[in-house]
Amino acid sequence: MIKLENVSKEYVAGVPALSDISLDIDEGEFVFVVGDSGSGKSTFIKLLLKELDPTSGTIWINDKPLNKIKRRQVPKLRRNIGVVFQDFRLLKDRNVYENIAFAQKVIGENNLHIRKKVSKMLSMVGLAAKYRSFPRQLSGGEQQRVAIARALVNQPKILLADEPTGNLDNNNAWEIMKLLEEINNKGTTVVVVTHNMEIVKVMNKRVIRMKKGVIVSDSKQGDSNDED
Amino acid sequence: MKISSTLYSIQQGIKNIWRNKMFSLASIATMSACIFLFGLFFIIVTNFNSMVKDAEENVAITVFFDKGISKEQTKKIGEDIKKRAEVKSCKYVSAKESWDSYKKRYFEGHEEYADVFENDNPLKNAAHYEVYLNDVSMQEHLVKHVQALDGVRKVQHSKDVAGTLSAFNKFIGYISIGIIVILLGVAVFLISNTVTVGISVRKEEIAIMRLIGATDFLIRAPFIVEGIIIGLIGAIIPLALLYSLYGNIVTYVGKQFNVIENILNFVSEKQVFVTLVPVALILGVGIGLFGSMITIRKHLKV
Repeated sequence: MIKLENVSKEYVAGVPALSDISLDIDEGEFVFVVGDSGSGKSTFIKLLLKELDPTSGTIWINDKPLNKIKRRQVPKLRRNIGVVFQDFRLLKDRNVYENIAFAQKVIGENNLHIRKKVSKMLSMVGLAAKYRSFPRQLSGGEQQRVAIARALVNQPKILLADEPTGNLDNNNAWEIMKLLEEINNKGTTVVVVTHNMEIVKVMNKRVIRMKKGVIVSDSKQGDSNDED
Repeated sequence: MKISSTLYSIQQGIKNIWRNKMFSLASIATMSACIFLFGLFFIIVTNFNSMVKDAEENVAITVFFDKGISKEQTKKIGEDIKKRAEVKSCKYVSAKESWDSYKKRYFEGHEEYADVFENDNPLKNAAHYEVYLNDVSMQEHLVKHVQALDGVRKVQHSKDVAGTLSAFNKFIGYISIGIIVILLGVAVFLISNTVTVGISVRKEEIAIMRLIGATDFLIRAPFIVEGIIIGLIGAIIPLALLYSLYGNIVTYVGKQFNVIENILNFVSEKQVFVTLVPVALILGVGIGLFGSMITIRKHLKV
């Protein structure tokens, strides 16, 4: 599903943000990517979304090498990758329904289809009763649920979550992690970038640990080792 | 592009204008001023051209012949003149007709004073050709040619009228082009500024659109729509204003200055606006499109 082969990225020549990374993430896997700031986690996410191109090496998503994808084909690639951020990135002037529907509108779905899909997503994230609320009227956990619903409404095969619990209290963080696990159980490949080691330990999933742009460990499910 | 995406782009384009009301208003106002002036010059030039044409039809060259010239030779000169492309018409006026016309003009009401010349036409050598031109600027050229013809004594023409009319027409044209070019530049600059503000206001939304797989076109289309709408409104307002002003001015001049109305022969509203409306609309939409496109290229690298 996701494959990196000897991938390196240098923003400034001679200063690598990622060095010779190789890894495989299979379909339906739940993977944590952990590491301190500056370890290369954000660069990793940006490379998967083709916001950046690697300096060397090859990345495959759904068996397609990203370096062979033309610029105009990038939107199609991104429709297969849902993405969630620490700061939710919701549109403040639009309500919950409109925020989720936005993802469908930009790919040109018709209103009837949008209504059905958004209702389904709202039920899944448990916000059916709050569809008219604006982001400022929601808690952090609820806002992140809206962001997850928006990321999934186009039925991507992969969900990337960049510090999804970073702005949440403990209870809300766990709620979100449970939701991500449910999504993974339904077949979506989930990649969570985090530095919340407590969650990583308890969730008991595969953990890729990065440091200064290099993978220092890749432990299988239930083999997590908290070094921090 | 799907219908829903088209509707989305139009809706967002209108929203952009609404969100940046002040900038949009400034752009529309400048665009209106620009197209108003364009329309004004267009109307002036159209009317002036029409008046010049009228004047051209009345500016004639008079060709006098050598004394004792034969009828055949006179005829030959006439044929030679008529062959010229710049000649609209060439009329022979005999000595008698010249005298009759003179009498009518100078002895009107006292024709008996002219009777003393009854048997001795003072204009017996004044038979001539009255030559009218298609284009008054060609007068000089034709005069040179006719003067060189055998049997031609004198060619009378009004050098000043021809020269002034063509020079003034050109002058108006250059001035209007200069002012319009400057105003077009200002309009493009203001539209570009409005779109730049729109892009920075929607920065977050654009970033989200990119991440969820919106195409480049869908991200850019609302800003193009914004530019087109500003251009369209900026063209419709001055057109409506010019239409109502023109009608009123023509009516006012007709009522107040009966005398000069015959000289200032205004072109009809229909004749002016049948060309001005499409040209102004295309100009407005074109400037809007151009302003937004260059801004998108500069600030919205998708």
